[in-house]
Amino acid sequence: MSELKNIPYYPGCTLNTVAKHFEDSAKESAETLGFTLSELEQWNCCGASYPLSPDNIMGLTGPAKVLFEASKAGESVTTLCSVCYNVLKRTNKTVHDDKEKRETISTFIEADYDGSLEVTHYLEILRDTVGFSKVKESVTRPLKDIKIGAYYGCMLLRPFEDVGIDDHEAPTIIEDLFKALGAKPVDFPNKIECCGAHLAVGGKEGDDVVKQLSTCVMRSAVGSGVELIVTSCPLCQYNLEQSQEKAVKEVSGYNAVPIVYFTQLLGLALGQDEAKLGFEKNVWDARPLLKEREV
Amino acid sequence: MPRIGVFVCQCGNNIASTVDTAKVAEEMKDMPGVVYTADYKFMCSSPGQESLKETVKEHKLDGIVVAACSPHMHEKTFRKACEKAGLNPYKCEIANIREQCSWVHHDETKKTGTIKSIDLTRMTLERLKRNKDLTKISIPITKRALVIGGGVAGIQAALDIADGGRDVILVEKEPSLGGNMAKLSETFPTMDCSQCIMTPKMVEVELHDRITLYTYSEVEKVDGYIGNFTVTIRKKARFVDEDLCTGCGDCWNKCPFKIDSEFEHGLTKRKVIYTPFPQAVPNIPVIDKENCPKIQKDKCGACALVCGPECIDFTQEDKIVTEDVGAIVIATGFDLMKNSKFAEYGYGKYKDVINGLQFERLASASGPTAGEIQRPSDGKVPQSIVFIQCVGSRNEEKGVSYCSKICCMYTAKHTMLYKHKVHDGQSYVFYMDIRAGGKRYEEFTRKAIEEDGAMYLRGRVSRVYEKNGKLVVQGADTLSGSQVVIEADMVVLATALVSRDNAADLAQKLGVGYDKHKFFSEYHPKLKPVETVTGGIYLAGTCVGPMDIPESVSMGSAAASKVQALFSADMLDREPITAEVAEATCNACWDCVTACPYTAIDRTEIKNRKGEVVSMVARVNKGLCTGCGTCVAACRSKTIDLAGYTDEQVYAALNAF
Amino acid sequence: MKFKLKNENIASEFVAHIEKITGENAKRCYQCGNCTGGCPVSFKMDHGPCQIIRLMQMGQDEAVQEANSMWVCVGCMQCYSRCPQGVSAANIFEGLRQVVLRKGEDHQEIEDIPMPLLKGAPQQALVCGFRKFVS
Repeated sequence: MSELKNIPYYPGCTLNTVAKHFEDSAKESAETLGFTLSELEQWNCCGASYPLSPDNIMGLTGPAKVLFEASKAGESVTTLCSVCYNVLKRTNKTVHDDKEKRETISTFIEADYDGSLEVTHYLEILRDTVGFSKVKESVTRPLKDIKIGAYYGCMLLRPFEDVGIDDHEAPTIIEDLFKALGAKPVDFPNKIECCGAHLAVGGKEGDDVVKQLSTCVMRSAVGSGVELIVTSCPLCQYNLEQSQEKAVKEVSGYNAVPIVYFTQLLGLALGQDEAKLGFEKNVWDARPLLKEREV
Repeated sequence: MPRIGVFVCQCGNNIASTVDTAKVAEEMKDMPGVVYTADYKFMCSSPGQESLKETVKEHKLDGIVVAACSPHMHEKTFRKACEKAGLNPYKCEIANIREQCSWVHHDETKKTGTIKSIDLTRMTLERLKRNKDLTKISIPITKRALVIGGGVAGIQAALDIADGGRDVILVEKEPSLGGNMAKLSETFPTMDCSQCIMTPKMVEVELHDRITLYTYSEVEKVDGYIGNFTVTIRKKARFVDEDLCTGCGDCWNKCPFKIDSEFEHGLTKRKVIYTPFPQAVPNIPVIDKENCPKIQKDKCGACALVCGPECIDFTQEDKIVTEDVGAIVIATGFDLMKNSKFAEYGYGKYKDVINGLQFERLASASGPTAGEIQRPSDGKVPQSIVFIQCVGSRNEEKGVSYCSKICCMYTAKHTMLYKHKVHDGQSYVFYMDIRAGGKRYEEFTRKAIEEDGAMYLRGRVSRVYEKNGKLVVQGADTLSGSQVVIEADMVVLATALVSRDNAADLAQKLGVGYDKHKFFSEYHPKLKPVETVTGGIYLAGTCVGPMDIPESVSMGSAAASKVQALFSADMLDREPITAEVAEATCNACWDCVTACPYTAIDRTEIKNRKGEVVSMVARVNKGLCTGCGTCVAACRSKTIDLAGYTDEQVYAALNAF
Repeated sequence: MKFKLKNENIASEFVAHIEKITGENAKRCYQCGNCTGGCPVSFKMDHGPCQIIRLMQMGQDEAVQEANSMWVCVGCMQCYSRCPQGVSAANIFEGLRQVVLRKGEDHQEIEDIPMPLLKGAPQQALVCGFRKFVS
């Protein structure tokens, strides 16, 4: 695994601020597995949404610039946030496949980038480069059959032909990771449904939609016996956290469950100091459950 | 000097609107060898043909050019007319001035069309001058037919041919006749029991003196040509002596090993020694070699111990048999598309999501539940069933682009069967369009809705998931413009019909065409629907594309009538446009042998008087040669020529251009 | 609803413009409704995704533009991922939004976003929201 020593890493706008504990725990877990997530020297925001109307070249310049900067650091770039992953991977494909767009973008960003970079999500590094069996060997604090619900949301999965981290209708990559960590993943129907995303800032109406969708996700998970939800996107994390309050208030017999980034539990299972993993920053604290299960 | 007549057809306005036909005729008048020209409104009409015949006689013509439509249309018509007038039919040539000339030029002054027509006619004229008299080739016919596939289409074809007094070889790859139809419960729109109408036909085949039945067998190789095929058939080892076995069933009752039943689509198990279903024809079991511990590792052998007639033989091997036949009917049927492509519907993940054929088995009196509708997961009677149509069909992105044609009808039938068996049950059908074109079909679907209360929702289903023991179906009803969520006990997917896995393989063995979906191609979709491009090979049933039982049966009978027509003559006339080798200059490089797509060229020994081989030359089998000309192009020593299209003729035509 | 259909509707320039900037072809849609069936937010839309496409096919420019549907779509791509005809309603909604935003008409005033949300929400929600709602 010598080639793993340094992996170029793109944080994106949220990982250095609101979701710092996502980044910290990911970096900690990487160190335990023998490599470093090294932040790009220069980077800017990816735009947080891939422009869906193909004539919107401006929306591609931000992520293209990121990719150009990343191409100086190596042959691949890794992200933690699902949205960054989606935007960078789709932009990369567009630049690679569409020569005309590539030329236009080049003149905008004053740099030529050809789309040859490999854009990966940290989950893919764990699965394809490290290998879940190797992760399993490194586990020192197994998660004792805690019933994990893996929430994928949209951006890791769709559109399949552009992103395709796993089967977009029945993904298992997060579940497979948590099996390796000693947890007991539980399937639930809404794991691939949307949380409401940016409608969180879409006024009263948008807020209602987010609450409704995210509550559905939470109820679907808890109803299937999930004891703890893991996410891979700061916006999903935020929406679920904010909506669970509503579920607690409105649904009789609903028991709130902890919601954490998958990297926090990964770090824990790999033996990292719990204090470094930012559990105190989660709205719905996982520590009581972990303590109860003597993890 | 030749005496040639040129006839220019106006084809109503088809040609005359952009070609000055009188001028074309006029121009031809001055060509050397031309003694008569005319232009006429419809050359193909009876008066047109009559005038052609009379002119041939009156002017003692020894060749004619008809400048008209494509030779595909009327070459035969005009050649026949010539023959009647006493002229060798191959002294008649067609200059096509319609399809690639008058139809594609829109010049109202008629200038371009006329110039091009003159060129084309002049070229044909020069070619014609070098035509030789040709005579049709006569080949003998073996009056026995091969039918591949023992479903309803194949059975119908076999019975019709055999009843007409010809021998038939019927090859079926499964251990029993019956195909997909034997799996069905009732049939639309009459609701008669499928097995009740199917099994008598299966028995009739078995008992027919003129039918030789090879079940559990596959066609390995086909050689030869129309009237003269040699077919190699692999009879897979049954490990049971067919002559001794009485079908008593002691063996399969004793067999301790169970495997998912293919016939029941996994809804129940079968033994390792088994017949697919109780009414199997022949009622002789086979041993599933892969799963038999006796064959695999010499353990067990219980079946042989209980077999009274001692007909079990674990050492039996596949047998290869060859049969000579004159015609072949392909009737290999269909498969259902694998539902694994549609993870959103949860087939395979949820036991109570099943496909249409599985529902047929559940509803069938001879099925795993004896005809009671029970859900596979827990055997409970479902109180609500959602039927989803067009799963894979009409889905270019993930399935097939075509409509599977029968699903609208069988889904309506399913809702009725369900209602008749579970009176308080409610069915829901998600459909895109109800395609009920057929005799009493529309009335049938209306009955499902109006009398049997099926709730039809116009829209696709987005996904199916499980919640609290129910299957939640989330779809749309586009008529009300709403999202619809139904909690059901069972979901039935009307999955697309697709061609058999090995269809392309078989097509290549037989030299017939197939489309991008691996369905066999008809010679002409409207006018030659049961013929293939290969003479003597015919099609029937769903191997051509999705169709229902009446259509499959009609096609089986139609193919049989084509076979009967072929067999009605003792000799078969074939076009003499074939390749000819000038053996004196052949240097036996065999490029032609490699190039020939019809394996029509043989390596032939030339012997001296003492019987010693002095040289080798290529020789064309006129029975197989289709006159495609590939060998002519491949031949380096210019030894091969195509009768009617010799190099000399082609060069003459080009020079005239 | 009552429509008077004219040739101009069927040849709607507005629809042609949306098709051009989104790369989608409304005629490909055969109205199976899979998008509306699977759309997580269609319950909040005036017209579901397939209805919007139907209105486009009929050249009902105003009805398409007046509907709230484009602002409700989150771009989760569920519609596209299951569309048997490969049409992306999400792309069409983005095109419809772009037409409004490119005229400088904002759907959302930044001042209206409450301060706790501005401070507490992940930056990506704000960035994405501004992209979708603000010119």
